[in-house]
Amino acid sequence: MKNLIVSIWRGREDGRFVTYEAPRNESQTVLDIVTYIQREVDPTLSYRFACRVGVCGSCAMTVNGRPRWTCRTHVSKVVEDNRLQIGPLANLPVIKDLATDMTRFFERWQDAKGAFAPTATRADPIAAIKPEDARRQAVDAGIECINCGVCWSACDTVRWNADYLGPAALNRAWTLQNDARDGAAKERLSAVAQKGGCQACHSHQSCERHCPQGLNPTASIAGLKKMSLSAYLRGELK
Amino acid sequence: MSALADRRETGYRRDALWIAALVHRLSGVALALFLPLHFLVLGLAIRSDASLDSFLGWARQPLVKCAEAGVVFCLAVHLAGGLRVLMLETRGWRPGQRNLAIAGVLVAALAGAAYLIGA
Repeated sequence: MKNLIVSIWRGREDGRFVTYEAPRNESQTVLDIVTYIQREVDPTLSYRFACRVGVCGSCAMTVNGRPRWTCRTHVSKVVEDNRLQIGPLANLPVIKDLATDMTRFFERWQDAKGAFAPTATRADPIAAIKPEDARRQAVDAGIECINCGVCWSACDTVRWNADYLGPAALNRAWTLQNDARDGAAKERLSAVAQKGGCQACHSHQSCERHCPQGLNPTASIAGLKKMSLSAYLRGELK
Repeated sequence: MSALADRRETGYRRDALWIAALVHRLSGVALALFLPLHFLVLGLAIRSDASLDSFLGWARQPLVKCAEAGVVFCLAVHLAGGLRVLMLETRGWRPGQRNLAIAGVLVAALAGAAYLIGA
């Protein structure tokens, strides 16, 4: 197989793409390519990864125009004319090369009150929640998020609206709103209904299209919109 | 905008729903621009029969009819897109949003074509 031509972003915001060559192998992932270049060609290349099996959510990058988890993205699926362009995730400040500063992304989780608020203690019996319960199924549909930032990077509302909480944080809020054991539903709904909250979503569904876990944050956000509208009409939300 | 922002990814914008949102916005702008012209024509009716008839005569030109069909398309596509988003935001999630968006554009195109045929 011919060597792959790989353009990789080097530097910070004012950096540039630098072109390298890397050998093609069977079943090769984009992360394999980045690792090859860092270990064999230029050890100053900075990038982030940990588990390499699609669990930790550390290795997301922009590959040929789209945000992807690189450890589970096969080169054969994304290569175009034997070329790959690999950049850092969009909508996040670049620390160096392919590593972004995800502080804002995680701060939005806190802003959306994405922490579980227990209503019982360890002395209480375990809550009995039936798998067929509609609310539990809504939770199940949204809980496999790995915090990779792909949805954040693919979202134009994030790009345009600095206040926007983002698809991942709102998706997290939706799963907690449907968790029968959680005790902060009112405060959370108020948080996600503020400026930059769920109503800011344009329903482009880019988050759903790119989520490597196959989640649909747009569906979760639509649920929050309906929930906040109902609360507003009942006078429970200012 | 930095060089990086220029090169950063907008590949996701090729999606049907992103394009549907764009069409919704652009049709809204087109309708907003059309509205003052519409009121201007209505104003002609108040001024005199002759000035309105003169305008209506001018408006029978094929090119103007095509433009009117465009307005009908914009109105229909904006209505269809708005109803879809309104349903999504007030009734909660329903699957098949891409198909609904495409269906809305097709219905609007048919409405525009029907206007053109009937004109």
